[in-house]
Amino acid sequence: MQSLEALTRDARALAQGQPVALSPAESEVARQLTVCNACRYCEGFCAVFPAMTRRLDFAQADVHYLANLCHNCGACLHACQYASPHEFGINIPQAMARVRGQTYADYAWPPALGALYRRNGLVLALALAIGLALFLLLAAAGQGGLRGPAGGSSFYAVFPHNLLVGLFAPVFGFAVLALALGVRRFWRAVKPATSGQPATPPAVAEATHDVLRLKYLDGGHGEGCNNEDDAYSLARRRAHHLTFYGFLLCFAATSVATLYHYLFGWVAPYDWPSLPKLLGGTGGLMLMAGTAGLWQLNRRRDPAHGDVAQKPMDLGFIALLFLTSASGLALWAARGTPALTVVLCLHLGAVMTLFLTLPYGKFAHGVFRAAALLRYAVEKRHPNPVGLGAE
Amino acid sequence: MDTDVLVIGGGNAALCAALMAREAGASVLLLESAPRAWRGGNSSHTRNLRCMHDAPQDVLVEAYPEEEFWQDLLKVTAGRTDEALARLVIRASSTCRPWMQRHGVRFQPSLSGTLSLSRTNAFFMGGGKALVNAYYRSAERLGVRIRYQAPVDRIELADGRFVAARVGGERLTARACVLAAGGFESNREWLREAWGTNDRGEWPADQFLIRGTRYNQGVLLKHLLDDHGADRIGDPTQAHMVAIDARAPLYDGGICTRIDCVSLGVVVSREARRFHDEGEDFWPKRYAIWGRLVAQQPGQIGYSIIDAKAIGRFMPPVFPGVTADTLPELARRLGLDEAAFMQTLNAYNAACRAGTFDHTTLDDCRTEGIPPAKTHWARPIDTPPFHGYALRPGVTFTYLGLRTDETAAVRFGGEPSPNLFVAGEMMAGNVLGQGYTAGVGMSIGTAFGRIAGTQAARAALGQEVRHAVA
Repeated sequence: MQSLEALTRDARALAQGQPVALSPAESEVARQLTVCNACRYCEGFCAVFPAMTRRLDFAQADVHYLANLCHNCGACLHACQYASPHEFGINIPQAMARVRGQTYADYAWPPALGALYRRNGLVLALALAIGLALFLLLAAAGQGGLRGPAGGSSFYAVFPHNLLVGLFAPVFGFAVLALALGVRRFWRAVKPATSGQPATPPAVAEATHDVLRLKYLDGGHGEGCNNEDDAYSLARRRAHHLTFYGFLLCFAATSVATLYHYLFGWVAPYDWPSLPKLLGGTGGLMLMAGTAGLWQLNRRRDPAHGDVAQKPMDLGFIALLFLTSASGLALWAARGTPALTVVLCLHLGAVMTLFLTLPYGKFAHGVFRAAALLRYAVEKRHPNPVGLGAE
Repeated sequence: MDTDVLVIGGGNAALCAALMAREAGASVLLLESAPRAWRGGNSSHTRNLRCMHDAPQDVLVEAYPEEEFWQDLLKVTAGRTDEALARLVIRASSTCRPWMQRHGVRFQPSLSGTLSLSRTNAFFMGGGKALVNAYYRSAERLGVRIRYQAPVDRIELADGRFVAARVGGERLTARACVLAAGGFESNREWLREAWGTNDRGEWPADQFLIRGTRYNQGVLLKHLLDDHGADRIGDPTQAHMVAIDARAPLYDGGICTRIDCVSLGVVVSREARRFHDEGEDFWPKRYAIWGRLVAQQPGQIGYSIIDAKAIGRFMPPVFPGVTADTLPELARRLGLDEAAFMQTLNAYNAACRAGTFDHTTLDDCRTEGIPPAKTHWARPIDTPPFHGYALRPGVTFTYLGLRTDETAAVRFGGEPSPNLFVAGEMMAGNVLGQGYTAGVGMSIGTAFGRIAGTQAARAALGQEVRHAVA
């Protein structure tokens, strides 16, 4: 949260037509990029450096845009002749990560909830406790208590379908709305600094491609990004793909099941083989494998990469996704056993936590980065405002 | 442990030698004087190598034939080169890249703002430090033993034959040795001695900044030349020297401290006088003479002066310039004599003949009737705000070295050593007697590093090694 003093200063600066004063984290990015812009050796790694060369100064909107364009791959740190112990102390992945964390909070909607990013580990833990407690209490109060109804076969015997819809639909709807409004604020702030032009279909196509393929985790040479040292590895890109596409498949499973329910009146649980099971089972396994991989990579990561203060947020989100997928798959195994109710509470609690924290946690990185990539795809299609290349 | 080939040094040439020797079957020990964080010497600051090629290749456009490369080298060195060795380097540059890629080096298209190099120079993705990292990874994988913080202070020879190296009190024997420990540019005492005093009684070298590593103290170079009487090449005052921002750090300022706006304005001395044609040729062809030009000025300082028209037309400098809304104010802020400065600037502005400004060609904007002339891109400096950058000579690397031949052997009294070889800055003076052209240092280091490694393995193993150097 900006202090009153800082807000007053910014307001005065704006009134006088001066650029908004940068926060310490933003100033650090601007300082470092001034060194990078005079060097440019890292241009081939990712989009950040080509975008940087379109600028001579780095105002707040430029810094926010570039920070979200950075994928924290680490390549430029290991390649940097000016990294510590050099007195210039360049560490772009770290400087960018600090600003990135700040932008999630600053652009969050509603603004007051942006503060949730700052103690995200605690927020996740509390949300999980609330989510679990909610369903355990509901179950305990319901028919058959925590041992569940006789036979332990149907979820809806534990929690009526309408109750689940009534709980999840508003929370999910709010999450989508909050993310959309947050990223809209970000988009409006960075648009003037990135050519000011609207997105065109080719730009959208390119950005979509870059998001879906995680292009900028390939190192520019296709061998991947850095993790514990200067060696390149595709492990992170692959683990992220498993996580991302696993998540999408799980989401698709839920969507298909919803259609089954409302369109055809086919009520869960579905038997194998069925489309929801196929999608959910595959997605769940991918999500588990992907998050297990990301967890391991994150723990082994060079501590100089990124912002250590955001590790609880990163690891918390990874763990929550793992819990969601693992408990989802466990449900499959628990069908017909007395454990069903408890496992179901665990799964629904995890999903509820995921939805509740979606707009105020690590998930936001995907939305903000996609927006930054789209601005990059738009900007690069317009002439370079800096008249270089004329030597 | 038994060592076939000892490589002294830890930069590009040393790594090329170690990798080639290891590939040839030799056991290799590499001694880097710097700690791991500073490994790689000046190679960590490089960004490309100059490559001959007869047709477009991945990152290289058009063609850069052997003859053109040779003519470029001949021009910048004013003939102070060895044609046989130079052509060896040029030809090697056309075939070395697949080998570099096998050891993990990746290339990228020429950087923005370096369009003029897209034909002649292959850029390393991530720059020289990424290249150095790749070579170290490959060397470790292949079983090259690497020791950091292992500065060699002397070596033992018997009749021109390498016997052992000393690291402090430790004695390391090997069947053959490659010297690739850099020039002496970081040794301020030696630079001072080499440059001596000038007519004004100044010690010019005291004002030099070192663009690269602080570890190139020239200990072994001096030892070989003075204590072992190795055959020498080159003049100790010759070096790759460019004009850099006077505020650059004493060591390791690297590429970003370059001031690239010289050709867009004027450069004046401490006495506020111009001293050389700023628009002589395209900047990439002239940047390497300005270090020496500034070194010859009083106080070894120059001031690059531009106006608002130049902004955005050159690589952005790492430190902000001194800025003023009027020229007299700029003179005051730069600490220059206002009257003398205005006299110079007014004379220059009045001498500019209107032409069609085009920074991408040798255009017709030039001065008339003032010495020295500015022959291209001369436009009046009249649009505020005005900017000034103080310049100092920045030494990249020195050219004094060990004389060698096409086998990279160190020579004593005209005789090649059977098992002591040299590569990189320690012998670059064989090809570069003076002057510089972008990327040629890495071409020399790669070519001779690979030759030295192969020859050292051959000498150590006493047999024909598996692969020959292309």
